[in-house]
Amino acid sequence: MSTPTSNNTRIDKKPIQIQVNGVMQQRHVEPRTSLVDFLRDELGLTGTHVGCEHGVCGACTVMLNDEPVRSCCMFAVQADDMRVTTVEGLAPERGVMTKIQDAFCEKHALQCGYCTPGMLMACHALVAHTPHPTEDQVRDAISSNICRCTGYQQIVDAVMYATQVEKK
Amino acid sequence: MNKAPFRFIGKHRRAVEHKRFVVGKGRYAADIQLPGMLHIALVASPYASAKIKNIDASETLAMPGVHAVLTGEELCRHIDAMLPGVDAPQVTRYPLAFDVTRYAGEWVAAVVADSRALAEDAAELVNVDYEQLPCVVDPQEALKPNATLVHPAHGTNVIFHRKFVWGPVEEDFAKCDHQLSYQVSWARNATVPIETFAVACQWNDSTGILDVWASIQMPKFPDQVAKALRLPGNAVRVHFDVDVGGSYGVKRGLKHSVLVGYLAKKLGRPVRLVEDRLENMRGGDMQGPDRVFDVTLGFQKNGEIKSMKMRAVDDIGAYSGRSPLQLGKPVGAIVGPYRILSVEYDAMAVMTHKTPQEAVRGFGQAPTNYALETGIDKVARFLNMDRIALRRVNLIGKDEFPYLIPSGTHYDSGDYDTVMTKALNTAAFEDLLKERDHLRSQGQLAGIGISTCLEPSGGNSSFEPLFNPKNQTTTWMDSCLVRVDLSGAITALMGTSTSGQAHETMVSTVVGEVLQKEPDGIRVLHADSLNALPSNSPVGSRMAIMLGGAAAGAAKKIKQKLLTIAAHNLGVTAEDLVYEDGHVQATNNPSQKMSWDALVEIAHRHFHKLPEGMEPGLQEKFVWEVPTGGMLPTEDGRVQMYPCHSFESHVVLASIDPETFKVSIRKYVCGHDCGVMISPDVVHGMTYGGIAHGLGAALMEKFAFSPEGQLLSGTFMDYLLPSSAEVPAITIVDHCTPSPLTEFGQKGSGEAGYLGSPAAIASAVNDALSTQGAKIDHLPMTPQAIWTALNVARSAQA
Repeated sequence: MSTPTSNNTRIDKKPIQIQVNGVMQQRHVEPRTSLVDFLRDELGLTGTHVGCEHGVCGACTVMLNDEPVRSCCMFAVQADDMRVTTVEGLAPERGVMTKIQDAFCEKHALQCGYCTPGMLMACHALVAHTPHPTEDQVRDAISSNICRCTGYQQIVDAVMYATQVEKK
Repeated sequence: MNKAPFRFIGKHRRAVEHKRFVVGKGRYAADIQLPGMLHIALVASPYASAKIKNIDASETLAMPGVHAVLTGEELCRHIDAMLPGVDAPQVTRYPLAFDVTRYAGEWVAAVVADSRALAEDAAELVNVDYEQLPCVVDPQEALKPNATLVHPAHGTNVIFHRKFVWGPVEEDFAKCDHQLSYQVSWARNATVPIETFAVACQWNDSTGILDVWASIQMPKFPDQVAKALRLPGNAVRVHFDVDVGGSYGVKRGLKHSVLVGYLAKKLGRPVRLVEDRLENMRGGDMQGPDRVFDVTLGFQKNGEIKSMKMRAVDDIGAYSGRSPLQLGKPVGAIVGPYRILSVEYDAMAVMTHKTPQEAVRGFGQAPTNYALETGIDKVARFLNMDRIALRRVNLIGKDEFPYLIPSGTHYDSGDYDTVMTKALNTAAFEDLLKERDHLRSQGQLAGIGISTCLEPSGGNSSFEPLFNPKNQTTTWMDSCLVRVDLSGAITALMGTSTSGQAHETMVSTVVGEVLQKEPDGIRVLHADSLNALPSNSPVGSRMAIMLGGAAAGAAKKIKQKLLTIAAHNLGVTAEDLVYEDGHVQATNNPSQKMSWDALVEIAHRHFHKLPEGMEPGLQEKFVWEVPTGGMLPTEDGRVQMYPCHSFESHVVLASIDPETFKVSIRKYVCGHDCGVMISPDVVHGMTYGGIAHGLGAALMEKFAFSPEGQLLSGTFMDYLLPSSAEVPAITIVDHCTPSPLTEFGQKGSGEAGYLGSPAAIASAVNDALSTQGAKIDHLPMTPQAIWTALNVARSAQA
């Protein structure tokens, strides 16, 4: 039987500051706290979901300095001095939706909604670089995220709808 | 009825639920934060079969922030066992193992601490002394006379076995020109929702109520939690307004909830358990049917299939929840869409030292459809007959409904040939053949797959008494309450949770249709189990039928009440009045009318204007019994299983990469008839998702075990789920044959796509392999399985 080493020692917390959805958040966190746990438990931003905790399903995807990352596979301390955008911060203000969020509603691009925040991040990341993607480009971009409800068809439809509307 | 002028039903409408999800304001069980909440981590057995000799938790309990370590020994003394759905009283199950463990991953102890991370640290310090015992992992081994017993007190590893004979099987076989036997197997896979199971419980000493927030889709969940915890039913309040991140059957979580409920009560603090992915994959509320089918079909040389013998052996794992009953649902569509006159069905559920099964989308119907459809293709190949022509010979005709199948179920309605033809036309079948042959001429393996199958829907209770004579349950009602407040706003209340089926949208559409009011103004709420009307949850593709029917029933009572009030005040009879958009006027005299607002005002405030004996207010409930339900099975096991029968026909073009043996789907068309669609976007969404899910079952997904009973695919790295890279663009072709049994002609569709796509994709792969003299009769058809099949064929030819 192994002997515990740090049984009665509280793990030291580290100070971090992360700009989350435009708001600077200063906290002390345990170095082992994952970014997704920090967002959900410390900040109450429960829109970001935990799915597999090993980087495959993509439900926890957030933007880190405008690039999509798996928030389950990194520590909050690694995001120190960086910018994080979660699903709650996608739209410019309360009560407004982005075109892609709106298109998800219009095209029924979700069912249970659990993968949706991560999927939205993948779609927004795509459109940031490729404003008018082809269907193949959409499929390629969202292949990073698993959805068990939609079969992806209506997600592709939604992104095409959102990006074509912009063209007009 | 096909062309019924519905105002809201069948129209595109944004789902009410979506907005909260796309802005990150869904509220799932893992989002529940309660002041002072404690968290659980689990200690799991590393062995498939072991005796627990000792559990030493002293180090764990000494850790700051640890509040309790619960073992099976304590828990079992204070709760009642969960029993299997069949008559096997010795096969008891508790949330934590007691004395012995029966599968690798079975929970042995629960550690409660201030945070999940701390609880996990502490769980590592629980020292369990095991004595490893022999295990049985292969179901064929488990059936042998001297096999190791998973539950010695039960006396055998067979937990359910019944041979049904419906009709003169032997005589029919004797009359047939040919018979053909084959074996197919369906690997243990599941629906694998992206949300794992989560439950939070809070006990209140002063009210004596246990509040439960759980990601459930399960019939009788509140009753079962209460019973196991030895509490009266009215001491458990399950909050059905929690969003559930996918279920498709597996979100059961009874043992989780009993465990957390017990700890919340014992500690007097709110407690939460959120499974991690491994706990979810191997914990026993996840894996689905795991079957070997031995089938013999008797048929004429013109292709008419006359009789079938089917033996299904299902490896249910170490314990039984609903799993043996998954052999039951197929009884209601045992002959598929075909005119097969007699059937012998030998259904057996066997226990092994593996993770237990749970109910999975289709409740056992998808494997049975795959087994039957494989046979149809085999008969066609045997007779050198076109697969489509063979199906046309056997499909039940549209004028033959209601059609009675040998196992006692009437199919309500359908037009199978037309749906298949529509799918073939949309797929441009002749072009598809050319494309396949062009691919083949270029040296590729390519094949076309076809399937035609039924989707029984409207889940009723009949498999319960069929598989357990002591269980006389004959109703699985569902209900809805509709109320109109003083301002005239309409609110509907349902007694179940939602896991993506858009029930709020469905109910508001139905109530809006009946009351002729804009659905977007109708609010729909999920009640909790203490103030809800009875529900049996969305299992069995039943909510369009049952909740839709109940909502319509309640709304019609409101409408009738408004008509009665108007008649009383206008001095006419209700029959002389017409209802339009909530207002009521005399048929022959349009000046005699009363507005919605006036009628609502009278109902709520003007008691003197109400007919004598009428209750004030506007609130009506309707509890609906499953159409065709309410009956016990006959002695020979004939039963009206589900009331409604949707139909689907899939057409697939697939090719196989000659170097990697990976299957690519190049074309996918699904013809689908689920009667009147209340929300077409929702129905299509579930069908797309079901097809993708079936693609996983056909090509990728398997819970594999080592000979020692270790789960080999406990992560998404080795249990492969289809992504958008594997799932093709899918075309759905609708057809509508209304059900004569339901309010609007709707049928169920929650299992759509999944019931037919594994068979169709398997059919395409086998069509491709047939050019090499190879075949595969087991799922999933992984690259390795294809490579093996081709090598076997080549060495046989060499």
